[in-house]
Amino acid sequence: MEEPVVVAEGLHKHFGRTHALRGLDLRVPAGTVCGVLGPNGAGKTTAVRILATLSRPDAGHARIAGYDVVREADQVRARIGLAGQYAAVDEKLTGRGNLRMFGRLYHLPRREAHRRADELLERFGLMEAADRQVSGYSGGMRRRLDLITSLILRPPVLFLDEPTTGLDPRSRGEIWDNIRELVADGTTVLLTTQYLDEADRLADDIAVIDHGRVVASGTPDELKATIGDRLDVVLADSSMVREASTVMHRLAGTDPTMTGAEALSVPLTRGGVRLADVVRELDRAGVAAADVSLRRPTLDEVFLRLTDRDADPGSGRVSGLEKEVVR
Amino acid sequence: MTTTRAATPAAPILISSFAARLRWSFTDGLTLVGRELSRLRQEPGEIVVALIFPAVMVVLFGYVFGSAIQVPGGGNYREYLMPGLFAMVTFSSIMATTLKVATDASRGVMDRFRSMPMARSAVPFGQTGADTLLGGVLGLGIMAVAGLLVGWQSHRGLVPTVQAFLLLMVMRYAVSWVGCYLGMVVKNEQTADQLVPLFLPFTMVSNSFVPTAGMPAWLRTLADWNPVSALTAACRELFGNPGAPAGDAAWPIAHPVTATLLWSVFLLVVFVPLTIRTYQRKGR
Repeated sequence: MEEPVVVAEGLHKHFGRTHALRGLDLRVPAGTVCGVLGPNGAGKTTAVRILATLSRPDAGHARIAGYDVVREADQVRARIGLAGQYAAVDEKLTGRGNLRMFGRLYHLPRREAHRRADELLERFGLMEAADRQVSGYSGGMRRRLDLITSLILRPPVLFLDEPTTGLDPRSRGEIWDNIRELVADGTTVLLTTQYLDEADRLADDIAVIDHGRVVASGTPDELKATIGDRLDVVLADSSMVREASTVMHRLAGTDPTMTGAEALSVPLTRGGVRLADVVRELDRAGVAAADVSLRRPTLDEVFLRLTDRDADPGSGRVSGLEKEVVR
Repeated sequence: MTTTRAATPAAPILISSFAARLRWSFTDGLTLVGRELSRLRQEPGEIVVALIFPAVMVVLFGYVFGSAIQVPGGGNYREYLMPGLFAMVTFSSIMATTLKVATDASRGVMDRFRSMPMARSAVPFGQTGADTLLGGVLGLGIMAVAGLLVGWQSHRGLVPTVQAFLLLMVMRYAVSWVGCYLGMVVKNEQTADQLVPLFLPFTMVSNSFVPTAGMPAWLRTLADWNPVSALTAACRELFGNPGAPAGDAAWPIAHPVTATLLWSVFLLVVFVPLTIRTYQRKGR
């Protein structure tokens, strides 16, 4: 089997007494997007910096396209692009000036560097602003320039460290479109983000990291499936809570939680429960329901559950929103 | 989509031999010189500042202070002053380099450089080379013109004059490494800005503007061993400007050219490896 383009095995890194990474493992197959999700301080940026050869791991190995990030750093650097949280471009130069300068520093011949700059500006819609100083760019334009600067060599692997943090929805959408295009061209992308919808929309696989290691990974659907679908029932009035609770317990196998005065919710750990069954059972028990729904959990719920620092891991808590358990 | 995919650009040349490394460092240095030129083109205001600064210094020191300062051994104060100003602009370049490097470090430009397949030494060598060439030629040129306008001259002919400017460039190159190192260490522009006032006493406690003979003994020792003083004294000697050292002068003042060269070598020996190591390990 072909080795994944990005492989990290048992990465450790500490700064003073802070353990940023404690045995991080990652595998990103060619041509896919891996979303690295995690709360602030989980180790996302540290992981990217190690993979992009900016930082050395204390222990563990990482390979990009088969090259070791420590011993063969130059080979790695020739194959990666890196776009960070802040736009790493020279504010005093124009957009075109930046691309030309970095092209030359990538040792492209002058004519080639100029041609590539124009090509990228054209393709990513920055041609109009090409000759303006970057200090006058909007946040989204800067971020896009930062992104395309990392594309000068058409790197097969792209690291994006929170590429849309702090951007307005329209700019985020534009960056997402850009990333999708690159992936369509075959680029492998490792993307860190705090935005769950970003990971949900862009990533083929998600690695949720917390306290410096991967706590869960899989496709967005797989992750959602780990906490199961939920059955939500909103009653017409609060007098029938006990009866509704009994019905829901029978269907789900566990007690539902109150999510409002007339609202109950229960995770469905066993499959095969259909909406029609729920409605029929409630009706038979004489419960008048205003709303009954079966839904997939959001990635937010998965994320909160996996990274909830206070929760007892065995308690099955989904979020901090629950109030009391109905007996 | 209408975009056609053009051919993949030539693969980047990976640094293999020492010769290739040297060549690329030089090429990257030229690219960074180009970057400085483009910045100046974008911000012509900086040129105006660069032009005004020496004029202000010459007028401020030459006429305001100069009217009250007695040159030892006699002579025109502005003739005495100009070598001091040449030395001052040379050493002040540290701050400009620090600021530039700190800005690159804080904005992530440094990280981008470090994630690129360039020689590890290319950026520090390029940055210091670019600063020295561009800043040195421009800064000293403007200062020389300002000096000529107020009556300063080099009196000993072409060769010593060229030697003096070469000496200034050598020292400037050495201190640009100090600036580059400081920029990497402070990592952000605000801190770099705060360092500027600390710099003033360093250039002032010297023989650049007044003779050190009148200073309290402890201050005089500091001033005499300040590299700014050695460079100033060397320029006075090579330009044939007034202010020749007294018989009891400290060693660096009595042998200013040698002292300046030794200072430059010392700074380079300390700061070149330190800077390159810091640049390589900046990721911790």
